Amino acid sequence: MAVVGAGISKFGAFADKTSRDLLVEAFQSMRGSVDRGFDPREIEALYVGNFNSELFENQGHSAPVMADWLGLTPRPATRIENACASGGAALRQGILAIASGLYDLVLVGGVEKMTGLPIEQATSVLATAGDAQYEIPAGFTFPGLYAAMATAYAAQHNLPLERLQRLLAEIAIKNHENGALNENAQFGKTIAEVMEKAREKAIMNGSRPPGWESVYDFLADMRANPVIASPLRLFDCSPISDGAAVVLLAAEDRARAFSKNPIRIIGSGQASDGALHGRSSLTSIQSARAAAREAYEMAQISPRDVKLAEVHDCFTIAEAIAGEDLGFFAQGEGIRAAQEGITNRDGRLPLNTSGGLKAKGHPVGASGVGQVVEVWKQMRCEAGARQAARDIDLALTHNVGGTGQTCLVHIFER
Amino acid sequence: MEKRAFNRSGFTAWLSEGRLMAARCKACGEIHLPPRALCARCYSADMEWQQLSGAGRLEGFTWIHVGLPGMAAAGFSRENPYCSGVVRLAEGPAISGQIVGVEGHPQGPVWVGMPVQAVFMERGTGGERQVVLGFQRL
Repeated sequence: MAVVGAGISKFGAFADKTSRDLLVEAFQSMRGSVDRGFDPREIEALYVGNFNSELFENQGHSAPVMADWLGLTPRPATRIENACASGGAALRQGILAIASGLYDLVLVGGVEKMTGLPIEQATSVLATAGDAQYEIPAGFTFPGLYAAMATAYAAQHNLPLERLQRLLAEIAIKNHENGALNENAQFGKTIAEVMEKAREKAIMNGSRPPGWESVYDFLADMRANPVIASPLRLFDCSPISDGAAVVLLAAEDRARAFSKNPIRIIGSGQASDGALHGRSSLTSIQSARAAAREAYEMAQISPRDVKLAEVHDCFTIAEAIAGEDLGFFAQGEGIRAAQEGITNRDGRLPLNTSGGLKAKGHPVGASGVGQVVEVWKQMRCEAGARQAARDIDLALTHNVGGTGQTCLVHIFER
Repeated sequence: MEKRAFNRSGFTAWLSEGRLMAARCKACGEIHLPPRALCARCYSADMEWQQLSGAGRLEGFTWIHVGLPGMAAAGFSRENPYCSGVVRLAEGPAISGQIVGVEGHPQGPVWVGMPVQAVFMERGTGGERQVVLGFQRL
């Protein structure tokens, strides 16, 4: 089967938009991407990923609301929830639906509206993706859990704190470089640009001009880049965001009726795991390894065949670990890939050309589908200024829920 | 030992008595912490309680500056962070806990591999009073 259309809303903070508005925006964007057009009445089912519209918007039972707003009722509409992997999991359900033979054309969406709550409340909502009985009572927040993985990683690979933070900073810098070229990104600025704005603001406020000589000075500054959960600082963390993404999936024999350049889905993998403390290692996400294994096996490819990937960088350390879990880098090497330029747009293996969750934004339910939209654009050479240097004919998406209680990996071929 | 349910309710009842208790599967010997009624390894439901020593080593940790709302009530803040970690216990399983006795580093830094001992911390008052598992440096 193939992706025959892909669209995305702007990601950011939009006081005047709710989740249904965002999904409609993404749907409209997707309609414009279907080369030969289509009649929405042909869509046979909707699978929508959404983490917590209950707590963010007091809206449960969100799938039929979305179906209604998209004009898709009475088609079957189902909401999939796997925390930050809700979008990827919705994609897999759409794939299974077509693979079953029951449907030829399904719509897969992902959406989250997070900025309607004050940040402390939003943080509490996010914490529900952890283990409410045994992780949260220990004081863990989401940044805290990934931070614990980062300290374990640093200890395992003998990285002193400053070196670790410098390597993580390179990941954030790269993702912001990419995000600055993404018109839909929440943070459309490089870190250098953010630094200059902060410098101007300090001067306008009459403060002493900060002495930052480089982005590294800026990121080392405890006031500009405060610690959230050591060693993770503000610029290591993806933001709270509103946004939606939508893809149209068609059965193989119908794909070319819709698209001149459909993107075939050739591999899918999904795995589950217990809480962080239940795992044999804190420095590798075992569900990612299992999901990747399944996807590579289905696609009959190996990691070195992948030309580009969108990976789940909810925190910078997550991108470092993702590269290792996906078999792109050996253990301990994933954290150096950005510094060495390997994962730049013009590198051997571009990661997160969209800007990643860090710069593009992380509306939880939307992220897994947003990754597919980037892959679609890169593979059809429609990514504009952030188009990867190499021709991308094989790509991968990696979408993690929580600290790895869920992972979805998908592989695409042009 | 008392017929306490192999769940959070049973677990916290033991904590309030100052005991760290795991569920041991009598069929395969797997030790489950937190306790559970169904063995995830062999699917037996034949569990018994096993007291753990409480000794372990810190496998990963962090100082949380932007904390959970409940921790603010306990006096923690951006300037006064608390420490949360994953502890690998001597008997094999690992569990999350607040790492205490290290705030403000009065006794030195915290590190991966640091030996710790379980402590039983009272939180809240009256009807809200509960005992929570923490770990302090050995």
